[in-house]
Amino acid sequence: MPVPIENRPLPQAPAAERRTEYSTCYMCACRCGIQITLENDQLRFIQGNRNHPVNQGVLCAKGSAGIMKQLSPAKLRKPLRRKPGAERGSGEFEEIEWDEALSIVEARLRKIRATDPKQLAFFTGRDQMQALSGLWAQQFGTPNWAAHGGFCSVNMAAAGLYSIGYSFWEFGAPDWDRAKYFVLWGVAEDHSSNPIKIGLDKLKRHGAKFVSINPVRTGYSAIADEWVPVRPGSDGLLALAIVNVLLNDGTIDFEFLARYTNAPWLVIQAPGAADDGLFARDHENRPLVFDDAIGDLTGAVTFDTRPALFGEYTLPDGRRAKTSLALAADRYLDAAYAPEAVAERCGVPADTIRRIAREMAHVAFHETITLDVSWTDVWGRVHDKVVGRPVAMYAMRGVSAHSNGFHTCRALHLIQMLLGALDGPGNFRARAPFPKPIPPKQLPAISPAHANAPLGGSPLGFPTRPEDLAVDAEGRPLRVDKAYSWESPLAAHGLMHMVIANAVAGDPYPIDTLILFMANMAWNSSMNTAGTRDLLREKDASGAYKIPFIVVADAFWSETVAFADLVLPDTTYLERFDAISLLDRPISEPDAVADAIRHPIVALDRDVRPWQEVLVELASRLQFSAFVKPDGSRKFHDYCDFIVRYERAPGIGFLAGWRGVEGDRALVGAPNPRQWDAYIANQSFFAFHLPDALKWNRFANRRYLEFAKKAGFITDIEPIVMQIWSEPLQKFRLAGEGRYAGPRPPDPDDAARLAKYFDPLPFWYPPLELQPTDDAVYPLHALTQRPMVMYHSWDSQNAWLRQILAENFLYMNAGTAAALGLADDDWAWVESRRGKLRCRIRTMEGCEPNTVWTWNAVGKQRGAWALAPDAPEATTGFLLNHLISEHLPGAGRRITNSDPVTGQAAWFDLRVSVTKCQAGETGAWPTFEPLPSTGARPLVLRWSTT
Amino acid sequence: MKLGLVVDLDTCVGCHACATACKEWNGASAISGPLSDYDPYGSDPSGVWLNRVRHYEVGAYPDVKTVNFPMSCLHCEDAACVTVCPTGASYKRDDGIVLVDQDRCMGCNLCAWACPYGARELDTASGTMKKCTLCVDRVHDVALPEEERQPACVLACPTHARHFGDFDDPASKVSTLSAERGGFALLDELGYRPVNRYLPPRAPPTVVPDPPPAEERGALHRLIARAKAVLAG
Repeated sequence: MPVPIENRPLPQAPAAERRTEYSTCYMCACRCGIQITLENDQLRFIQGNRNHPVNQGVLCAKGSAGIMKQLSPAKLRKPLRRKPGAERGSGEFEEIEWDEALSIVEARLRKIRATDPKQLAFFTGRDQMQALSGLWAQQFGTPNWAAHGGFCSVNMAAAGLYSIGYSFWEFGAPDWDRAKYFVLWGVAEDHSSNPIKIGLDKLKRHGAKFVSINPVRTGYSAIADEWVPVRPGSDGLLALAIVNVLLNDGTIDFEFLARYTNAPWLVIQAPGAADDGLFARDHENRPLVFDDAIGDLTGAVTFDTRPALFGEYTLPDGRRAKTSLALAADRYLDAAYAPEAVAERCGVPADTIRRIAREMAHVAFHETITLDVSWTDVWGRVHDKVVGRPVAMYAMRGVSAHSNGFHTCRALHLIQMLLGALDGPGNFRARAPFPKPIPPKQLPAISPAHANAPLGGSPLGFPTRPEDLAVDAEGRPLRVDKAYSWESPLAAHGLMHMVIANAVAGDPYPIDTLILFMANMAWNSSMNTAGTRDLLREKDASGAYKIPFIVVADAFWSETVAFADLVLPDTTYLERFDAISLLDRPISEPDAVADAIRHPIVALDRDVRPWQEVLVELASRLQFSAFVKPDGSRKFHDYCDFIVRYERAPGIGFLAGWRGVEGDRALVGAPNPRQWDAYIANQSFFAFHLPDALKWNRFANRRYLEFAKKAGFITDIEPIVMQIWSEPLQKFRLAGEGRYAGPRPPDPDDAARLAKYFDPLPFWYPPLELQPTDDAVYPLHALTQRPMVMYHSWDSQNAWLRQILAENFLYMNAGTAAALGLADDDWAWVESRRGKLRCRIRTMEGCEPNTVWTWNAVGKQRGAWALAPDAPEATTGFLLNHLISEHLPGAGRRITNSDPVTGQAAWFDLRVSVTKCQAGETGAWPTFEPLPSTGARPLVLRWSTT
Repeated sequence: MKLGLVVDLDTCVGCHACATACKEWNGASAISGPLSDYDPYGSDPSGVWLNRVRHYEVGAYPDVKTVNFPMSCLHCEDAACVTVCPTGASYKRDDGIVLVDQDRCMGCNLCAWACPYGARELDTASGTMKKCTLCVDRVHDVALPEEERQPACVLACPTHARHFGDFDDPASKVSTLSAERGGFALLDELGYRPVNRYLPPRAPPTVVPDPPPAEERGALHRLIARAKAVLAG
């Protein structure tokens, strides 16, 4: 029966002064544009900014919960010093004033800088200002700086930047508007949050097929048209089996390979010689190809060259050489890579592998997209069309967090190269300032640190050969994390996960002071969490801590704060200025070069300071050369002034918008004293929309490359030739084999690793931890992932988000659970070679049977994050990290449990056994001493602005 | 006028963006805010939400599908919650929105019992019933730019799985989407004539690859021949 209709006056809110501001979200790493409504200067509503290139108006669950972050009782309120006599980790502090806090840090750092600058290790976690923190470390003079990329995405970044000149995550994006076939590898709910969601909807709307390759069907996989439950760590094998099918079928883009990749480059075939596997070059050092048009070798590749893709040739000096593609075909046509050969290991039927490969090929070559866009290639020839192979791929955690992730990611890029599916319509596109030369022309600093002087170069970079390693004359690491050492040569993001273990062991050397910013190293950001906490407290014979001084800069009361000797409290993202810079991790989209800012939206209500301000202040006090005038007086009066006036090169600064004295220059121009105002007036972001002629094939697009040079993204206008065969890898392999005409690793362990893992072609090997581990003892792969409501978030256990998720279970396939006698809510012991933990079980169908997984970082230490001691995060929530070792098994030298190429933490390699607990064995274990209660926790929260 | 939502189950990834955006807008709204949170930092955090996302699995491994299912008031045409309300607090407007007059509600919970969808939540701190308002204080607010006159959940949804409009208008986006995609009502057989529609998952697209090449002379020979043919051409 219809109900009566009536209209009543609606309750009206009391009159309020309402205003709208625009800023940038920091609830995760996406950096979406936000529109903030304030009523009477109080936060009323945070929504997505419709005009913003990243999120186009939408906002995720975290973004809308930003208000609860601002209200969090876990906010730090004042500088803290560990109480005299209190142990590290106890969380017993006394409040001190900023003047004193800064004086303590200044004095300590001044002494270190004047004696041995590498005694400072400065590692930043969820750092969105790495251009500043990296510059700061370089100016201080320590090589010991990096952000969290070493346990996050370095395999993706390095594999991309050594293969195609851009990469998954921030340097590239699928062409969501045009892709017709999309393969998502190992991405559950993570990078990048809103752009992927927006993109998946676009794909679905225009009828593209979405294939998700993932052992667990949560997150984005839920809406995949096809779910391929791969066994963890075998993605690379699956990818190379796809390569096998493409090569067998001959469904590859010969023209793309000949023109834009090093497929035709000739590789010297001289087994046992120092030049074996290097490219044959002419007298001008140009790689040689065999030109079918002239029937001869040439290094002068022009558009008229018809380079042979296959074949073995004799060089003028009599040496033999084969094309890169011929070597690749030799390898991947081998039966070892046939779908039937890999099916069992991957857990994917051979027919499925073959079908997916053929679907990709069909879409690439028979559903080709042609745009009527005129563009000029790097050789000067004008084309009236852009042709796109509309197969897009994206990959992240499930590939990156394995010790074979670098090669797996290279294998994915190999598929893209074979299909010609790169930076064209419908495939995987670059985001400025990428593409860059392969690898980018930035070497890590390799000279030892000198007192009171900046480091000779950037702490991070991209080695091309053994000479570029950061090792001393004896081959010992210059960096405390051993990045760019023989153990982790291409560690382009550092190895934050090794800093504490290495420093405490004095291997390669001890340090004096560790500064951590927004990094929860005493909890979910470390492998072997309980062990790491012990290390942070470990003392020498004299009773002094082995890491003598720890400074933690953070906005919230994390588990790591408790281990600080000095806490420097930061603001929230709504309380400060920030520059999201092109010099840093860019927010560009394929069609637009973009950067952004944050500015204070709400007034500070406590005695905290933005970490950026603290860095600029310390840099000025310590007389860093980039921060003071010749007379020693400070060059920048604060962070905002620094952002406006600092120039990395003439005309190029942190912010690319509204440059020039009049604010009328884009990308390059003199500092504009009113630049911040211009950003604020323009919704806190800058987007330079590329003309159509500059949007495609940018690796070989003359007008784009000219533009990129002017903008300071690249230094030379030359084709960025994608690398199937990687010569840098081969040089390291030669060093490992003792054949390199240059430095070689002194330690046989390193030599063996280089010889095996620095294969110049992508290959698959079982994740390192698996090799010595008995499958029968630890039969299950164990993974973690972050839920969408918390991915990459800081203080995610806020009042709203923790109502969605406040505890975690160990999830497993229902059939596997039944075979183990386990049912929902059973308590179980989960054991690895590292140790064991106790948690509860949840069964599900959408999980590969050999895989168990849980949500990461939901488990918390009692009392941390201002949660009640009996919060489920602490009583039933747990961390899988306890089971993951930071070192590989074996009695020999301590070797990091990381990808042997990049040093990426291999936390997805974990293998475990799961057994049901005895009756009475309940509660999460291990547990830790509760932290002192902080912050006022209301029993009922009734948030409003009135 | 029959205002309501279309929720697309083909693209909902279960991210809860709609839920927190709703909580945020309506928490500070004069219509029925605040939306209380109980023990927000304690052992059993809970609270009043006008929109919740639930997750289900359908099928058995490996032929299993994860379904994310957002649920809020469906603004029934024959709303039992309105019929049973003893104080007249629950009412239906001529734009189709079902609301609870907070000044008249005594929190007796009868409407929540009557609602077959579990779409109402009692705020024990205010002692009143709370439910989806379709952001009535947004959708008619002429002070907002026109494109923002949408429920907060619709504005936020990153996969654009939520659409708002007038089902009485056959040309509206909600009507056309529902017609084109087979939009269905929840538990229609109960007879409350819910307004909101859910779009079922689309059929997966099919890609029909070409037959593989005939097995002759080995793969490498084929490759070399094709390369020469293509590049010479």
